[in-house]
Amino acid sequence: MNAAIEVTGLWKSFGDQAVLKGIDLSVPEGTVFALLGPNGAGKTTLVRILATLSAADAGEARVAGHDVAREPLAVRSAIGVTGQFSATDAYLSAEENLLLMADLWHLTRQQGRQRSAELLALFDLADTGRKPVFTFSGGMQRRLDLAMTLMGSPRIIFLDEPTTGLDPRGRRTMWDLIRALVRDEAVTIFLTTQYLEEADQLADLVAVLDGGEVVAQGTPAELKRRIPGGHALLTFTSAHALDAAARQFGDRASRNDEDLTLQVPADDSGRSVQDVLSRIDVDSVRHVTLHTPDLDDVFLALTGQSGTAQSGAAQSRRVQS
Amino acid sequence: MTNYATGTPKVYPLRDTSTMLRRNVKQEMRDKVAIAAIIGIPVLFLLLFVYVFGGALKGSVQAAGTPAYVDFVLPGLIIMTAAAGLIGISTQTSVDMTAGIIDRFRTMAIFRPAILIARVVASALQTLAAMVVVFGIAVAVGFRSHASITQWLGAAGLLAFITFALAFLGLAFGLAAKTVASASNGPFPLVLLPLVGSGIVPTSTMPTGLRYFAEYQPFSPMINTLRGLLLGTPIGWNWLIALAWCAGLGLLGLAWSISVFNRRDRKRAAPGPGFQGTQNQG
Repeated sequence: MNAAIEVTGLWKSFGDQAVLKGIDLSVPEGTVFALLGPNGAGKTTLVRILATLSAADAGEARVAGHDVAREPLAVRSAIGVTGQFSATDAYLSAEENLLLMADLWHLTRQQGRQRSAELLALFDLADTGRKPVFTFSGGMQRRLDLAMTLMGSPRIIFLDEPTTGLDPRGRRTMWDLIRALVRDEAVTIFLTTQYLEEADQLADLVAVLDGGEVVAQGTPAELKRRIPGGHALLTFTSAHALDAAARQFGDRASRNDEDLTLQVPADDSGRSVQDVLSRIDVDSVRHVTLHTPDLDDVFLALTGQSGTAQSGAAQSRRVQS
Repeated sequence: MTNYATGTPKVYPLRDTSTMLRRNVKQEMRDKVAIAAIIGIPVLFLLLFVYVFGGALKGSVQAAGTPAYVDFVLPGLIIMTAAAGLIGISTQTSVDMTAGIIDRFRTMAIFRPAILIARVVASALQTLAAMVVVFGIAVAVGFRSHASITQWLGAAGLLAFITFALAFLGLAFGLAAKTVASASNGPFPLVLLPLVGSGIVPTSTMPTGLRYFAEYQPFSPMINTLRGLLLGTPIGWNWLIALAWCAGLGLLGLAWSISVFNRRDRKRAAPGPGFQGTQNQG
């Protein structure tokens, strides 16, 4: 299978600060690739290099079979890019924005009108009429932004944090659109995200980027296998109760005296929960949290933020959902 | 399996430039606030000087060979319109650059100079149209010229040259500005510069130091040349100095613009939390 995107040994620095430190990636055609990383990991920098907006200091990147540095025009004719910044013309209507893209893709008038009507319907923007984009909500602007990217039917699409700043419903809508795109148009998608759930939901392959380096790469299932199983987190009413419970579990449990918590291995089956609770005085337990492994754990373990992994992971899931 | 196209795609310089030009003209027509500013500023000064100060200032200009004060003051205010147009292009360019649509254009297989060429042409057309409106209002409040067709054509050519030169400079301001606010406020002193020149009163009435500045600042020879063409006052070498200033400022703007536009490829800082503020949210 051909690689839509092939990156080898890519380096990029701004001043004396190295942002990308020898990136190697390969994205097969027709797949969704998620680049996952915290703020400042270098995600946007990598997208900008692949999209011919920025030049690498060393290494090679090929997109659609063309070298991004030597044949930028050939790369540009194969790609569509939706960045973090709104890349619409605020004074034009949704349709005018799409027709502008049609003209820049050098489509015929007929092709342009047809494709823009299709996309307006698909992205639920058909009834916005002549209203200029500056009257649109954030979610509508994002949808239009993506529709503009699709106008010329690019084979490879870059989405830089496509759902950052969207509300949960807007995020779901965007996910559905991305899935439909892969299903119906067989495009290759390279997306960056800070949300593990997003990578889990959409991607065939995930690479975790941290401090300018790819620290893990694989399918979401492969990455999840790399971390230990689930656990139950018990919060006790007193230090005395914590001591008593800790004695029951011995080495298998890890305790935190400050929070009065004990973490013991468990999964989310009824049998497993009963087994844990049967060993302790349930009246001394303030609350129980069950934690099954997900990409959050992988992410936090790999990006060096594992100190608060448990509470951090639980928190970040709450924020996202 | 897809086979990606090989070879270099075709480039369409004229088609892309006209596409961009249509976009920019549409934008300008819809930005009513900018239109009001570009026409409003010189017209406001026109009315202020003709009706409020004109009576008191009349004496000093009659000595310079222009019987009506509106005749004397109009050339300066037309040049002020060109400076207001500079603010327009600087602001519009900065809006584009900070919003991300320019980055979208740069990821497309288009003739890149079209982005800048269309912006300059659209802005110059808008400024020249605004000048026509200011002229019209001046005629309504009593401006009269006995210039010949040749002199009118000379004035039109001069104004086109000035307008394009300042548009290039405004383009550079807009590209270099970090925020839209600095792109629109930064060049504002240029709009007032014609006042501290030969625009409102003859420079001979000013104290020595100021007179020196007023005579040698770039707008004065432009104003003197325009006044000469429209009203028949002596031009001397002013036309050559005016053209030299325009050529110099225009080339400076062009070189600066190209350098900033290309430098963005290399020198953009890694987006971190600091960038989030301008992100498309909500």
